[in-house]
Amino acid sequence: MSRAFNPTRIAIYLLLILFAAIFLLPVYVMLISSLKTFAEVQDLSRMWSLPSAFNIENFRSAWFGIPEKGLRGLGPNLINSILLTVPATLISSFMGSLNGYILSKWKFRGSEVIFPLMLFGMFIPYQSTLIPLTQTLSAVGLGGTLWGLIIVHIIYGLPITTLIFRNYYAEVPNDLVEAGSIDGAGLLGIYWRIMFPLSLPGFVVVVIWQFTNIWNEFLFAVTILQKPELQPITVALQNLSGSQIKEWNVVMAGALLSALPTLLIYILLGRFFIRGLLAGSVKG
Amino acid sequence: MKHKRRERWLGFLILLPSIILLGLFVYGFIAWTGIVSVSKWDGVTPDYSFAGLTWYKGLFTAVGGISHRRFVIDLWNTLFFTIFFLLICVAIGLLLAILLDQKVKAEGIFRTIYLFPMSLSFVVTGVVWQWIFAPGTATRPRGLNALFTQIGLENLTWKWYTSTDSIGPFHVALIPVIIAAAWQLIGYTMAMYLAGLRGIPEELREAARVDGATEVQIYRHVVLPLLSPITLSALIVLGHISLKIFDLVYTMTGKGTGFVTDVPGIFMFETTFRGNHYAQGAAISMVMLFMVALVIVPYLRYSLKREVEL
Repeated sequence: MSRAFNPTRIAIYLLLILFAAIFLLPVYVMLISSLKTFAEVQDLSRMWSLPSAFNIENFRSAWFGIPEKGLRGLGPNLINSILLTVPATLISSFMGSLNGYILSKWKFRGSEVIFPLMLFGMFIPYQSTLIPLTQTLSAVGLGGTLWGLIIVHIIYGLPITTLIFRNYYAEVPNDLVEAGSIDGAGLLGIYWRIMFPLSLPGFVVVVIWQFTNIWNEFLFAVTILQKPELQPITVALQNLSGSQIKEWNVVMAGALLSALPTLLIYILLGRFFIRGLLAGSVKG
Repeated sequence: MKHKRRERWLGFLILLPSIILLGLFVYGFIAWTGIVSVSKWDGVTPDYSFAGLTWYKGLFTAVGGISHRRFVIDLWNTLFFTIFFLLICVAIGLLLAILLDQKVKAEGIFRTIYLFPMSLSFVVTGVVWQWIFAPGTATRPRGLNALFTQIGLENLTWKWYTSTDSIGPFHVALIPVIIAAAWQLIGYTMAMYLAGLRGIPEELREAARVDGATEVQIYRHVVLPLLSPITLSALIVLGHISLKIFDLVYTMTGKGTGFVTDVPGIFMFETTFRGNHYAQGAAISMVMLFMVALVIVPYLRYSLKREVEL
């Protein structure tokens, strides 16, 4: 084929490969550093070289910590992240699905005004809610607790989950709702028997989106949770990276551990991830 | 659709908890923060007695107060950060989308690579790019400086995010932070443009081809004008991210020497939760909210209105 030797096409591939290399550079850095020994990672002339041997000890240290050096392990924090992310994701997705159903199929007077007011909540800088938030959580006895953070993520997750489901259900023909109505099903019956089974792909998009966001979140977590043993992995990684003695090999192993769950989801379910991503720019 | 009145009430009742929670946690808390910002609360115990606009004035003027100049520096940093971050994301995002739209082989692999940083936490990004841009010393260069030295490009080495140099009000230490942020969000811009490109009917391009237009002309006069709503969305979404950016900068560089990489998000967090200057922190966050609202409110009105018209 003559097309293969077309200079424009060669230039296109060269550019694509060049950008791919730049995008993968940080991954290379994380991988090589996380496999090196402390002595080797200290050797600045070999910073960019491959590790001389595969040393998975760092992942052990990143998980369990190095008590004699005062380094806390990230293992318990990774478990905190799971305990935080799973319930917050499921509850905010389910509530968003009900909200989206109402806002698309059972509009009432004023619902067109309520919807943008809800949406605004996903754009605000959360700094403007942090002081009342910490005060309120302490007042109701949830200050500094994982449950407090879970509730915060559920509430501030509602705008995006509602938005995605509202746009998703808007595509479902009204005839289906009408048919359910004629069969005698009420609002909840139609949701359970018709809409909910139809919305599985919608749930995949929303759950992936919420999981990724909540897993990666930092500001709420670092503000609400002071106790190191309660913090999720993002905060613990930041602490590890900011500690006095910087064991870069352990820090990079920790960074990989923190990134792995969302990275795996992205690689396995990328196309659902992209749909959630594009839904965030408001238009359905 | 005709629904029974009872059913409509049920719908409203189902929505009600979300309305109440968001009403309280978004609008109630913003109002509360507004009250704190005009109070005398400057310490661990709340003090809601009225202080007027003292804290706001304190942010912009150098009268006494704590770190008086810091906020002005932060605003300049935010301005330059936003401009360069948006330019890079839009330019490279569009370029990558157009390249991928040329029926390339392994498109899926390239797309996956460009977009994967979006699945990472800003904290992870900050940690890794901190390593890459850590300058080391002249005799013991680290990161990119070490690489440049090894391949004989010593004159490319500089102090990266530790540099205190500036060009006018622009701190060059921001450059590495902008690169890291762009690395994370270029893929997002690309995905938006790619979705837009795929939405353009092939007949439109075909018609232009029949009229004798070259591929470049087709992009220039047919494709790009159709993509302008996407550019607007991208600018708004990226812009509001950069106006409130915190995690990435906090992890990667912190406020920096002489606040060279400081942003309002870091100032607010440190002064409120590390320094207990609650009213000052509240004032900073109200300014942040104002900046974001300036961008987001017209956008929300615009896109929802357009949706209704469709």
